[in-house]
Amino acid sequence: MSLLSTLARMEAVRDGRAVPLATVRHRHLADRPMVLVPLAAAGEAGAPLAVMLGQDRESPVLLTVPQPLDRDRRFALLADLAAELLPWLEGFGTEVDLLTREVKDPATGEKTEQVRELCTNAPQLLVPGPAAVEFLGLLGRSTRFRRSAETALDEGVDPGPYPVPARVPLLGRWLTHLRDRAQVPGSSLLLAMTDLLGRHWATGQSRLEDQHLGALLAWIDPPAGRTGAEAALLAETARDGHGQLLCPPAGPTTDPRFDSGLLAPAITRYDAARKLDDAVAAQAREAEIAALLEAVLRPTWDRLWQGLDLLRALPAAAHLPERWEGDRWSYTSHRDRIAAGEPPQPVRDDAVTAARKLAQREREQTRLDIQEALDDPLAMAEHRLAGEALAGRVVAVEAAYDETGRSPKPRPLVTVRTSDRPHGDPGRELYRAGGPTAQKAELVSADPAAGLVTVRLLNGMGRRKEPEPGSVPEPGEQVCFTLFELTARQSAPLPEPEDTPWTHGGPPVTRTATAQPDLPTAPADEEGA
Amino acid sequence: MNDFIPGRPAPEPPQSPRLSPSPLERRLAGLRGDAPQRSLDARALAALAANPGCGRRAVLDAAGVDKTDLATRLGNPAPFGQSPFAISRGLGFERRVKADGCTVLLDLLREQLRLPEDSAPVVFAELVDDPGLPAGRVASARVALAAAAARPGVWTVLDQPLLRLEVAGSTAHLEPDLVVVRPDGRWTVVEIKSFPILDGGADAVKVGAAARQAAVYVLALRETAAALAGVEPVRDPYREPEGLAGAPDSTALLVCPKDFGNQPTAAAVDVRKPMAVTRRQLDRLTRVEQLLDVLPTGTGFGRDRSDGQLAAAVGALQAVYSPDCLSACELGFHCRAEARCAGSVETLGRGVRGELGSFHTVEQALAAAAAAVTAPGGTHADTAGGTPSDTLADTPDDGDAESALRLARAAALRAEALQTAALQAAAPVGGAG
Ligand code: SF4
Repeated sequence: MSLLSTLARMEAVRDGRAVPLATVRHRHLADRPMVLVPLAAAGEAGAPLAVMLGQDRESPVLLTVPQPLDRDRRFALLADLAAELLPWLEGFGTEVDLLTREVKDPATGEKTEQVRELCTNAPQLLVPGPAAVEFLGLLGRSTRFRRSAETALDEGVDPGPYPVPARVPLLGRWLTHLRDRAQVPGSSLLLAMTDLLGRHWATGQSRLEDQHLGALLAWIDPPAGRTGAEAALLAETARDGHGQLLCPPAGPTTDPRFDSGLLAPAITRYDAARKLDDAVAAQAREAEIAALLEAVLRPTWDRLWQGLDLLRALPAAAHLPERWEGDRWSYTSHRDRIAAGEPPQPVRDDAVTAARKLAQREREQTRLDIQEALDDPLAMAEHRLAGEALAGRVVAVEAAYDETGRSPKPRPLVTVRTSDRPHGDPGRELYRAGGPTAQKAELVSADPAAGLVTVRLLNGMGRRKEPEPGSVPEPGEQVCFTLFELTARQSAPLPEPEDTPWTHGGPPVTRTATAQPDLPTAPADEEGA
Repeated sequence: MNDFIPGRPAPEPPQSPRLSPSPLERRLAGLRGDAPQRSLDARALAALAANPGCGRRAVLDAAGVDKTDLATRLGNPAPFGQSPFAISRGLGFERRVKADGCTVLLDLLREQLRLPEDSAPVVFAELVDDPGLPAGRVASARVALAAAAARPGVWTVLDQPLLRLEVAGSTAHLEPDLVVVRPDGRWTVVEIKSFPILDGGADAVKVGAAARQAAVYVLALRETAAALAGVEPVRDPYREPEGLAGAPDSTALLVCPKDFGNQPTAAAVDVRKPMAVTRRQLDRLTRVEQLLDVLPTGTGFGRDRSDGQLAAAVGALQAVYSPDCLSACELGFHCRAEARCAGSVETLGRGVRGELGSFHTVEQALAAAAAAVTAPGGTHADTAGGTPSDTLADTPDDGDAESALRLARAAALRAEALQTAALQAAAPVGGAG
């Protein structure tokens, strides 16, 4: 944590409620995001218990399984989830912008025009926290290699003992893609609410405690008459007369006391009704289980929308459309991979793909840091405190020229009143943030005692002897210079995956769909419950 | 995995081989009074590594005070629990691993430890399993290990043997899932866990916890082996003693479900590092005596104490709270409430203290920041750059002055940024700056 965010947390303690950690909203929010709250069966890996989802806060869709060990019911839930999500996910693929670019044929040198499609919009999925993101990734991993009876028939192979409903493997590929994209800093296809809120507010508790959505919201938006700390403690610990949490965990795991006190007995009753072949009773028991699960999902669902309201009240940062375009490209290329009939994403990336992803994440992190600093004075303040930027009011501008060339060029000296102490020696290159054009400067002198820093502008002033009007700041104007470049560098090019050197494992081997019982999903034994 | 299941009956009070308890034992028992006893187990010992500096925990653990019970009595119950689904899944998996006379398990062991194929017979040790007889259980496990050592070339499987480890004068009872004596005479600790090994990898946090737990078992086995060999135990985990004393292998076998199914798979885990860490923590526990010395006379945690007395007794033990305690220690919520009450900066995160220099409370730190900000011209370097101590007359030393200055800089920058944003929001077109 930086000193500035620690300071903000201390202010939150003092004020009894969260304080802003950002002055603008740093993540794109769709007009109609898909909100999704998953619950997992305890003890099983990647076994869904229930999902609440939808785009309308008043009428969520509820999917549940009455017996999480029943693999048919589990896959039925995933099929329902696919039926809900896939039309929505695929729907963004139809409307496209056409972009043209000129490409030069490397052999002939001939220039041709290439037209590419970029989907006009992309889906956005919102979940409670990072654990839900991981759970969706796990669902993706457990389903994308599965084979349905239909595809097996098409391919003329045996579907194996456990064919899955048709669209489930496709859902798995999309979930895998969304989870993958969520690893890219600043991306917004799949977002976790606790991360979103934590980026924009500082609470009076630790980051660890901020993982609890109810406690986090209690600090940001405490109910009347309570401090954030009091409301958060209630969210963490308050239980009703039956020992059930008033604010159930946001999942994907449920409260153990919910499992032991309510869910397990209800499942036992369901199992008993099934054993007696009493379909009516079984259905009634199933409805009871659904009602129990709905009751623990609904509070989280409502909190997600509350969080959305809070985030929407913040003004959008200037760079959001640019970063969202990256998400649109990501969506478009996945759409294209599926349309081209490519195989599902491999279990593990080959060396080149892994290196590419890593390089991309680093690049995007740099870009995000820069853009956030440009968009938000609070983010820039971090850099100023670290001596990587300076900001202040111009007190003097002195015309000066570079006379070494054939014609003199403008190199004016700008003196700024600031208490910032840039960590750089005279001659250090600086970049002007928020100026009319991209502009370089160099540090000339700094006088901390007087609170003055003088810089020399080096370019962006036109070709004449006198600078273009407006290109040099005037006395009284607020300016900001950074010691870091304001565009992220391109990293060194990496080979295409097909050209992976043998030292790094060679080109990737395509993994084919499998219906092996132990890989990736085997039936959970009928043990337990 | 049983050590992670809360609420299992605590074993009987340890029966010391000595005739009378040591003075320290007597003092610790006196502290506990008639409160229910919870003897140290592998989980408690392994968790010491999570917060070794905490004297409160060290004393309570050494005295065998049941912290779950204590937390409830203090009005801040521990939030831990395990779902019955997870428990039954865990038990089911354990049964599966041990099925068919441990055939699968021994195959995994050979494969992971790169042991040659063998057709050695497999013997299942007869162990006392009455939970009411811990001393009998410990003795029978020792006998079984001695017998196994006397017949090389055979596999001997000890299913949930009870081991003991002397810790600062009190006895810890430890129950590994399995200890396997190999035909080559080495002893391997087997831990069965129900988290999956997915595509060859597993949750690092969970593997770490399992390794720390296994490390405690290997330490206990080393003491047992040394006792059987009639030599002093070697304390350095990186040194393997000769002969029988060196039988316990410092590589443990972790058995988990493979991918999303129920098929067992395994990984060999080198536990020498967690052994060294735990060894250090345990040695530090002997300082419990010094911790006891500072307690006011009459301090105790018995059932006869009023809530106020109990809170005072706990308060007399020095805590080292950090938010990590919330997931590692039963008293987490209690210690957090106490730390919040004191306004301590540790509640905001591990490492915050380091950032704030010598300011221990939120109030002090904010006051220091504000003092410099509100001092005339304090936000501007032209005055603040002079003598910081002028504006911070009541700060004791230079380190403080420096942290105060940094805080003041941060506060000024934060205030300026918020003001800039407010101005921009008020006049969205163009920038008032
Ligand atoms: S919760 Fe309290 S007793 Fe437990 S380790 Fe933390 S500070 Fe020590």
